[in-house]
Amino acid sequence: MFEILEKERISPGVNRAVIAAPDIARAHRPGQFIILRAHKNGERIPLTIADKDAEKGTITLVWQEVGATTYYMGTMCVGDRLQDVCGPLGKPTHIEKFGTVVVVGGGIGVAPLYPITQAIYEAGNRVISILGARTDGLLLMVEDMKKVSHDTLICTDDGSSGFHGLVTEVLQRLIDEGAKLDLCVAIGPVIMMKAVVNVTRKVNLPTVVSVNPIMVDGTGMCGSCRVEVGGKTLFGCVDGPEFDGFKVDFDLLMKRMSMYKGPELIALNKFRETQAGSQCPSPEETQ
Amino acid sequence: MTDGERKKPKRPAIPRQKMPEQDPIERAHNFYEVALGYDNDLALLEASRCLQCKKPVCVTKCPVEVDIPDFLAMIKAGDLIGASWKLKEKNSLPRIAGRVCPQESQCEAVCTLRKGGKGEPCAIGRLERFVGDWAALHGEGKTPELPEPTGLKVGVVGSGPAGLTLAGALIKQGVAVTVFEALHELGGVLVYGIPEFRLPKAIVRAEVDELRNLGVEFKTNWVIGRIETVDDLLEKKKFDAVFIGTGAGAPLFLKIPGENFNGVYSANEFLTRANLMKAYLFPESDTPVARGRRVVVFGGGNVAMDSARTALRLGADEVTIAYRRTMDELPARAEEVHHAVEEGVKFRLLTAPVAILGNETGWAVGVRCQKMQLGEPDESGRRRPIPIPDEYLDIECDTAIVAIGNAANPLVPSTTRNLETNKWGNIVADLETGKTSKDRVWAGGDIVTGAATVILAMGAGRKAALSMMQTFGIS
Repeated sequence: MFEILEKERISPGVNRAVIAAPDIARAHRPGQFIILRAHKNGERIPLTIADKDAEKGTITLVWQEVGATTYYMGTMCVGDRLQDVCGPLGKPTHIEKFGTVVVVGGGIGVAPLYPITQAIYEAGNRVISILGARTDGLLLMVEDMKKVSHDTLICTDDGSSGFHGLVTEVLQRLIDEGAKLDLCVAIGPVIMMKAVVNVTRKVNLPTVVSVNPIMVDGTGMCGSCRVEVGGKTLFGCVDGPEFDGFKVDFDLLMKRMSMYKGPELIALNKFRETQAGSQCPSPEETQ
Repeated sequence: MTDGERKKPKRPAIPRQKMPEQDPIERAHNFYEVALGYDNDLALLEASRCLQCKKPVCVTKCPVEVDIPDFLAMIKAGDLIGASWKLKEKNSLPRIAGRVCPQESQCEAVCTLRKGGKGEPCAIGRLERFVGDWAALHGEGKTPELPEPTGLKVGVVGSGPAGLTLAGALIKQGVAVTVFEALHELGGVLVYGIPEFRLPKAIVRAEVDELRNLGVEFKTNWVIGRIETVDDLLEKKKFDAVFIGTGAGAPLFLKIPGENFNGVYSANEFLTRANLMKAYLFPESDTPVARGRRVVVFGGGNVAMDSARTALRLGADEVTIAYRRTMDELPARAEEVHHAVEEGVKFRLLTAPVAILGNETGWAVGVRCQKMQLGEPDESGRRRPIPIPDEYLDIECDTAIVAIGNAANPLVPSTTRNLETNKWGNIVADLETGKTSKDRVWAGGDIVTGAATVILAMGAGRKAALSMMQTFGIS
């Protein structure tokens, strides 16, 4: 189980892999995620499902190399197996006909945004996508997103592609131009989601964000993924991963997500020093 | 009892045999098992203390009704294989029960040898452990003969003590069993909660392997309520019955300011990282856990003791248990408290946390506590702690562990149609049979009773298995 059937590097430090996981593919609904362990001493990390094919029995994962597990996965190749994949987890996205929905994806956040956008699109909504990255080479899944959007607006921090600026500036412009929007879905770095909410709150545009806190079991048993929403402590894994953006305490979320920064670097350095990757040639150094 | 009084058996001169343990100073820095177990000589000596009462009250106090005098007599006679089989007739997990059962409040509490508290009970738990370990090492001479398959199949949600016990009982009656486990390892609380130094994970693995060899199927990474529901198991997968043994599994927090600062853990998370994810081996194991210098644990149960002793082994300079009552009311097993004290865990009694103090980077730096005094007894019979106005103290800490219990995890109840739960979210089930409000669904263990003990969960698993067999007409 959990064999890697396809794998490619889609931008520097970002990989995409198709994994054999028929039961998860069958049960998955947009917005849900999985928790995996890459190898037998591996950590349990949550990753969102970027796509699935229920008939072929596969799920697609897209991940950025940031820590020991994600770097290790970068060294895995077709034919390798992930040790454990558990899912689907979390509540599915609430999908209905809202009207016009603006979806905002920043960096790696476009991967989890894609299946949600697809579902929103298929439910008969008008979809405007705003996709941003630091630079052109880091823009993800643009062609996929275009297929499920009526309008796709691209922006980069350095101006190498599309609008020269942040997703929030594009969103603000859209609002200023008088676009009638009924819902915003924003997924990306916490700082981006916080900034998006600061824009949408002013015009009272309901905004859904998807959080990715540190998790262990993913079933509500441990409480590692505590998120404060409207002053209440909720669990990202079972109450989320999607929450009302107006109510999320993003500053707390950022602090909690940095809890293991030191150990994460120790684990990463150990991985690099021991070259304890899979048998594939190690990935080119990036960033 | 009348038998005992009439015959007036003389108390044997042999004292209760101590079980060798690792030295407290040494063990406080390693994760090896604390208690080392009896050898043959000690076991024979201890077993010979049993009076073989005609009406063994010890059996009636055992949640799974092990035939205690019989297996003790077999040890005394040197028939350890026989003793092992005798044990396993009622308890398929003797190595686990022998280690984590609170015998002092069950079988050993009523042992005739205790007579008015003047004597010491026969060490039934230690002997159970001895027999289980002996059989695992030496084999049992025969593999159990399984009956013809009945064609019935039962799905078990959760691979903790309740589910494993039920699986063992049913497979021996020719019922096919599939156990679904959410985590990547089997055993539930036995692998994520109870620390290695109290219950080595190799033992849980061996007990699970034994069930697998008997034909029980296990599916890990399988979250019922997400990947499929209990209704799917009954309707789509055509299971004849389902047993829900998911455990309590939703950590309670104190609901005080600052509880989401970094360094504040539920005991579940702290122990899961340390045990299941082997954070004590970090970075050989990828999963980290805060290695606090000063650790405060809130609560007074076994989980609080486990958390404190784990923190000590992870290298903490000082570990303090803050408890709002006194030593007399601690709900933890006396043995666990004794071990914690021996290893250097400190107790702050009549102390209740009111706020976690943090710094600007979001890390806990201390805890503000209010002093308490004991008032009148409450419903539990323990004296109620009452806050003393304006008496506060701050305890410095970098890690705080909340071990005040678990609520029912709603994942399975909320995704199962027509399954009745009570106001706390626990599944309503008959305590004698495990039957729920839903046809063909049984439940047992902490998801029914709220957080309790491993052996009570095993007892619930056994009762549910018997009830299922009766329902199927195969008992």
